[in-house]
Amino acid sequence: MTFRVHVRVVPRPGLLDPQGQAVAHALAALGFPGVGEVRVGRAIELELEADDRATAEAAATAMCERLLANPVTEDFTVAVEG
Amino acid sequence: MTSAASTPRAFPGERPVTEAVVREHKLNAREYEAILALLDGRTPTLTELGIFSALWSEHCSYKHTKPVLRRFPVEGPQVLQGPGENAGVLRLPEGWAVAFKIESHNHPTAVEPYQGAATGVGGILRDVFTMGARPVALLNSLRFGPLDDPRNRYLFAGAVKGVGDYGNCVGVPTLGGEVVFAPGYAGNPLVNAMAVGLLRAEELITARAQGVGNLLLTVGARTGRDGIHGASFASEDLSAESEARRPQVQVGDPFTEKLLLEASLELIRSGTIVAIQDMGAAGLTSSSAEMAARGGVGVELDTSAVPTREAGMTPYEIMLSESQERMLVVAEPAQVEAIRAICQRWDLDATVVGRVTDDGRYRIIHDGVVVASIPGQPLVDGCPIYEPEARESAEAVARRSRTPSRDDLDPLEALERLLDAPTIASKRWVFEQYDGTVRGRSVITPGGDAGVVRVEDTGFGIAMTVDCNARHVLLDPYEGGKGVVAEAARNIACTGARPLGITDCLNFGNPERPEVFHQFVEACRGIGDACLAFGTPVTGGNVSLYNQSPTGAIDPTPTVGMVGLLEDVTAAVGSHFTTEGDAILLIGRTAGHLGGSAYWAELLDCVGGPPPPVDLEAERGLQEVLVRAAAGRLLRSAHDLSDGGLAVALAECCIGGPWANATFGATVDLARHADAVSDLGWLFGEDAGRVLVSCAPEHVAALQALAAEHGHGAHYLGLVGPAEGELIIRRDERRWQWSTRRLRAIHLEAIPRRMAAPGAAEE
Amino acid sequence: MTIRVAVIRFPGSNCESETLEAARRAGATAELLDYRATSLGGADVVILPGGFSYGDYLRSGAIARFAPVMQAVRAHAEAGGGVLGICNGFQVLCEAHLLPGALLHNAGQRFVARPVDVRIERTSTICTGLFRPGAVVRIPQAHGEGRFVADEATLDALERDNQVVLRYVPVPGSDLPHNPNGSARDIAGICNPAGNVVGFMPHPERLAEATLGDTIGQTFFASLVGAPTSGAPA
Repeated sequence: MTFRVHVRVVPRPGLLDPQGQAVAHALAALGFPGVGEVRVGRAIELELEADDRATAEAAATAMCERLLANPVTEDFTVAVEG
Repeated sequence: MTSAASTPRAFPGERPVTEAVVREHKLNAREYEAILALLDGRTPTLTELGIFSALWSEHCSYKHTKPVLRRFPVEGPQVLQGPGENAGVLRLPEGWAVAFKIESHNHPTAVEPYQGAATGVGGILRDVFTMGARPVALLNSLRFGPLDDPRNRYLFAGAVKGVGDYGNCVGVPTLGGEVVFAPGYAGNPLVNAMAVGLLRAEELITARAQGVGNLLLTVGARTGRDGIHGASFASEDLSAESEARRPQVQVGDPFTEKLLLEASLELIRSGTIVAIQDMGAAGLTSSSAEMAARGGVGVELDTSAVPTREAGMTPYEIMLSESQERMLVVAEPAQVEAIRAICQRWDLDATVVGRVTDDGRYRIIHDGVVVASIPGQPLVDGCPIYEPEARESAEAVARRSRTPSRDDLDPLEALERLLDAPTIASKRWVFEQYDGTVRGRSVITPGGDAGVVRVEDTGFGIAMTVDCNARHVLLDPYEGGKGVVAEAARNIACTGARPLGITDCLNFGNPERPEVFHQFVEACRGIGDACLAFGTPVTGGNVSLYNQSPTGAIDPTPTVGMVGLLEDVTAAVGSHFTTEGDAILLIGRTAGHLGGSAYWAELLDCVGGPPPPVDLEAERGLQEVLVRAAAGRLLRSAHDLSDGGLAVALAECCIGGPWANATFGATVDLARHADAVSDLGWLFGEDAGRVLVSCAPEHVAALQALAAEHGHGAHYLGLVGPAEGELIIRRDERRWQWSTRRLRAIHLEAIPRRMAAPGAAEE
Repeated sequence: MTIRVAVIRFPGSNCESETLEAARRAGATAELLDYRATSLGGADVVILPGGFSYGDYLRSGAIARFAPVMQAVRAHAEAGGGVLGICNGFQVLCEAHLLPGALLHNAGQRFVARPVDVRIERTSTICTGLFRPGAVVRIPQAHGEGRFVADEATLDALERDNQVVLRYVPVPGSDLPHNPNGSARDIAGICNPAGNVVGFMPHPERLAEATLGDTIGQTFFASLVGAPTSGAPA
């Protein structure tokens, strides 16, 4: 069956995130109150053909480890839908 | 504040220093004993141990290499600043000066190619602008394993993107470099980055802490846990274990770098600061300790005052963090507000974190508690110095007499295959990702022998190049070392510029192995002798040892970065043929030397033979011929003969620059020259000291006379042919002929074709 | 009366010096203007130079469009004053909706730095008046986000209203794709209907003196000075 996989990739905690920093400053400059730390990552959505949800999740995790996320600098989460 | 007598205490929660902890910090028994002696027998705190470990690493202490490096010639009338500062500085005309330096970022690149290469560029830029110089050009030397392995494609693509993204964003053009692919770099890629900056000679500033009571300020990014122990990490073999310690990687922020660049130059010009230094390898530790030692003063730092990115950082972490884009500034207390105002204009923070003291001690305080107190001078220069054994291996000797098992390739096919070899092929795929024209001063952009920029509003320019034929160094470290400097100087002189001085990046394996240290000592001797002969002093550089991977040591790679002065920048000479009907001449002597050649290595799978000997007097004469010929406007092109010899050089001159819309043909006759030399020796031999030039026919006689004046022959070979014509080489009844359009396609597509294979984006 | 040019420096701009020089060489009185300024100080033409404003973080131009000076730039543009965005400046103008469309990551997903051949499609703008219509010029270019995109209706309108200023064109002998970034309809630069707001990706300021091989880039700046600038607010 077909699953819809949502992958979120974000910079590892503690790692400098220049993009997040710039966005935080810009939001403050625009007058949005209460913004703390900002981390900018990316979201990836993909369709995946698999026998069951667990298999889909394992496959998506392998994809993250191998390609979608940089294991040195990024963490990821995988959510499987469908 | 605290009294000098306070004995340091361990920071709460800190591990006690045991033998295992000492070993973990890569300090041997002899070094630990020296530390105990400096501390009057007291066991160091963990913070102190971390500080020693960083400053006594090879990277900071040069403990294995100092005696060898001391033999380099470092003096000359042009030298404003020699080795020992953030960058070397040479005098230029009209009150200008050029600051330049090369540095390695090999290990970080092996772990994370994009950030490793990017932060390498960031660090070298800071080394140059902390001298008061505005960076005007970047160069780099990159080395990887063969491109048929996806891991190497990944490292290559990542490093190139990292180098490009960083330099492009800061707005410094990348004007040259080299990319080499050889099996020896498969487990251990090399990224050597060079920056070149311009300053007014009177604005030169050094990193010397002075004035008791002056304050230390950090400027720029906050301190995080990045790269902790990078300096000692750079001084050990790469292994599966170090792979596992990946989180040490630093992240570059070129946007902050650009702000830091502008703020630093403004601070220096404003006269508000005494000294400034980049927090590079070993971060706050090395910058503060080195500045204090240079100034002969003590310092006291309050790590709890350092702005951090994360809560709860210990003094150990703060002292050893290698967060990027940070500067340490020394200033009089009265200037602090002025400094803050300048920094604020560039959206940067400046924070007082310490002061200059009169007791010569290096003291760290955290929340009012002394956590480190070390005699300052010996901390920087008291590391035991080693003189490892240097002995050439039997294997190395055997390599020099190795020859290929066959030698019967068809020259037609051989040239095509050489042009398709990634090391020789066009690097357009690479420098298309580097902005080469930002600042609007680039006279010669990548793709030629050397880059050239015009110096601000003057009529002169500076030429620059990085070079290293590591295969020649591997086969004969001394001759190879000479050859590296000679090739760099030829490349500079090809543009019409006179070589001025060098910076070096000495990439070698583990110095504790006698065969590796032999390579190091001999290559340095060769570099030193060539620099002496050319009057081009060594102004500084960097040593990168322990470039070993499970597959063995890298090829010895002493990369040389050279700058030269082009007195009339409008006379700059390019590398490629420009005009049909021009005469083609070869300056220099051809002996047909195939030992160490790319022809053997790339096509016959033989890295062997002695490399070509380098006649330093002849090289010097050749440089003089080129400089004078350019000044006299005799030349239309000049191209150094290196990898692949005459055939490759001719092909490259015909193929044209990376953006050319047309090729040129050429017809060359070798019949009247060097009769005793074999066809293959003529076509693919790599004798040193040769340059291929083209000139208008009416200048042939003048050029030959000029060459003769300097003891050289300028041998007439033939004529440049029509656009889109053929390259024809004749010798007696033999004739080889190639379509230049086809050669161009091979040369330009060799790398993109390989990178199109899957896997470059993986891992 | 000499034309007064203001070159805006955003945090991360890096082409302001050569842009300033090119404007001065053309005879303009040109000054840098800080991004925090709230007025253009009487400038006739304002140039948003190349670079990486705010590091190009998030999207190129996305943060710079909110810089204080942009309100004055908008007012100037709406009053008919000259506004030129080069590379990052073009990206800022699109993000600020002073020009239609958007500039995305190059189709090849790599930064591309090389000369491009562009045809001058419109000469009735503030910076192309001295070109022969249809002239093809080779100019340096260097960017990672230069793929111009807009919906079909917008693209049709741009063509219909003659708002395409520069277009990538193939030239004989070149072995590179003529369109370096996958821009829709080979568009390298556009303007507003009146031609007083112009944005393009190439960098003419980098090819504006003889020592660098050509001076064709200077013609854009000579046009700025030579062309009338109607309706500029005092």
